[in-house]
Amino acid sequence: MSHAWYLLRLFISDFNKQRKKIGLTVMAIAWGTVSIILLLSFGEGLKRQLVAGTAGMGKGIVVVWGGQTKKAFKGLPPGRRIRLKPEDIELVKHRIPSLEDAGGEYQRWGVAISHGKKVISRHLTGVTPSYEELRHHYPQQGGRFINQTDLDLKRRVAFIGSAIAKELFGEEEAVGKIMMINNIPFTVIGVMIEKNQMGMYSGPDEEKVVIPLTTFGMMLGDTILDVFIYKPAKMEDSERVKREILRVLGGKYKFDPEDEAALWMWDTIETTKEMRAITLGVQIFLGVIGGLTLLVAGVGVANIMYVTVRRRTKEIGIKMAMGAKARYILVEFIIEALLIGVLGGFFGFLLAGVMVRGIGILIDSISQMVSEDVAEAIAFLGKPVISVDIAVITALILLTIGFWAGFFPSRKAAKINPAESLRYE
Amino acid sequence: MSIISMSNLYKTYNTGKVKVEALKSIDIEIEQNQFVAIVGPSGSGKSTLMNIIGCLDTPTSGNYLLDGEKVGRFKPNRLAEIRNWKIGFVFQNFNLLPYATAYENIELPMIFNGLSYKKRKKRVMELLERVGLADRAAHKPTELSGGEMQRIAIARALANNPSILLADEPTGNLDSVAGGSIIEIFRELHRDGATIVIITHDRAIADNVPSTIKLKDGVIVDSLN
Ligand SMILES: Nc1ncnc2c1ncn2[C@@H]1O[C@H](COP(=O)(O)OP(=O)(O)O)[C@@H](O)[C@H]1O
Ligand SMILES: [Mg+2]
Repeated sequence: MSHAWYLLRLFISDFNKQRKKIGLTVMAIAWGTVSIILLLSFGEGLKRQLVAGTAGMGKGIVVVWGGQTKKAFKGLPPGRRIRLKPEDIELVKHRIPSLEDAGGEYQRWGVAISHGKKVISRHLTGVTPSYEELRHHYPQQGGRFINQTDLDLKRRVAFIGSAIAKELFGEEEAVGKIMMINNIPFTVIGVMIEKNQMGMYSGPDEEKVVIPLTTFGMMLGDTILDVFIYKPAKMEDSERVKREILRVLGGKYKFDPEDEAALWMWDTIETTKEMRAITLGVQIFLGVIGGLTLLVAGVGVANIMYVTVRRRTKEIGIKMAMGAKARYILVEFIIEALLIGVLGGFFGFLLAGVMVRGIGILIDSISQMVSEDVAEAIAFLGKPVISVDIAVITALILLTIGFWAGFFPSRKAAKINPAESLRYE
Repeated sequence: MSIISMSNLYKTYNTGKVKVEALKSIDIEIEQNQFVAIVGPSGSGKSTLMNIIGCLDTPTSGNYLLDGEKVGRFKPNRLAEIRNWKIGFVFQNFNLLPYATAYENIELPMIFNGLSYKKRKKRVMELLERVGLADRAAHKPTELSGGEMQRIAIARALANNPSILLADEPTGNLDSVAGGSIIEIFRELHRDGATIVIITHDRAIADNVPSTIKLKDGVIVDSLN
């Protein structure tokens, strides 16, 4: 006990003698810590933002469009168009057990939508109930999504995007109101929640009007799906499920499952993986910059320790004369270097924590003041987030640097010849 | 059997261009419970000899047996252990740690020896009593007089019950009164059975010590037993 106290006192008296230098180094370490944490936290915020953004369209889904064959198959020539039908949804769900769900849609651009005197032209989709989960078409409070009964009875009900709701109904409650689609009255059953959507096809979901697939077919005569969507039960199975889909549909429509052109597939799972890899790369890059700052600070610590060793040469000689082994001297100096590192790291963590919170608050208040476009751009950048991983990584880097910055000067101290050091006055 | 036995021992310092032969052809036998004074002019090799006796340095050639053990072959860690267990050093300029209290200075060799806090405390109090400074435990070296500092240094040297006490001009920085009381402590320790080797310039001290080794230019010119 008294020994630990003695070590600490040595450190404090050392601190007093090299106050300026140690102060500067502690600041450098603190700054290095702040930058590494901030950079990594921005990376983390961006990563979460990107992942949440793609998830806005739906998580782990594959979007499929009909294509045109390029290979001859079983006596049939290439160049045939492959067009998927609503009954294919039940077919694949029935034949492929490792599928979580599937769905499909009819699309029409420029459909006249109106409420009262307000008339607009928008994108209309007819969908299956599975879109609620597959495509994250979640209703806001008080509404609901299209269900199987709506499909079975070909009900004239509409589920609308949040932007459409604002345009047609303003601040009024949209649910329960009647709106006209191609001059046919529909009841609004739900408004989609606002979502931060990055992945999309045929425009953002908030700009779409959605009705039951069967109602759409009856009204506009469509029989061919414009888009078909499926979702594997397990993300890691995506390749195998993809092959099974091609086999089942290839069997029905008679195309080679190896024919890349027969169906167009957009695998968002792949996109998510790539997105993760990119943001990880960015994080590593930013981390390296912060790490370099810390490395420079580490050189500062080593410098201080060299000076300390020189100044305490006599003292080291005394301790050795009293029977201190080299190991003891080594550990003592390393601990001192680590203490400087921990001190800098402590201030760094404190400062970074305050700054991350401050930036978060700042972003929120700026977003409320500026125009929507700018706010969206800021939202895209994301707020910095300190995760446990970041804290652990930073602490490990600090300890490693502190250790090595202490190690080399300490080794020098441990190699001092006691007889010679005692000759100095 | 001698506790210290040296034969044909040399120590050469190699400082770049110049070679200094600090010790030449040294033969020494010191018995258990002997009180030996090493005398000689400045630069004659007294401190060098004592550093080698105390395993703080190693000879360039020749044999040195400490307690029957051949020290020349030992690794630094083993030498540190020998210094810790068997040797007690007292220096002219005290060499106390300036930031530590009297108590902590005395405690130091026991920390290196791995003694428990309780055992250390008991022994430190004993030693403070022994050198008559029980009331100075919490004082820093700067708050003590020269004689008091040297008494703390002696207490520290005795911490692990060493077999040999080595003192390099222990009274050199003290007035005659303080110096006399330090020598008195050494005499008491000798009476209690300690083996003591003391380097001194003071004729009065040297004349009162039973055995003397006289060095000149690294060579023993006179040995009185
Ligand atoms: N570490 C050293 N390096 C070089 N020369 C040394 C060293 N230690 C002692 N000497 C030289 O060895 C000689 C003996 O020194 P020392 O043993 O200190 O003498 P004394 O203690 O009798 O005054 C001197 O000439 C001194 O300069
Ligand atoms: Mg000397």
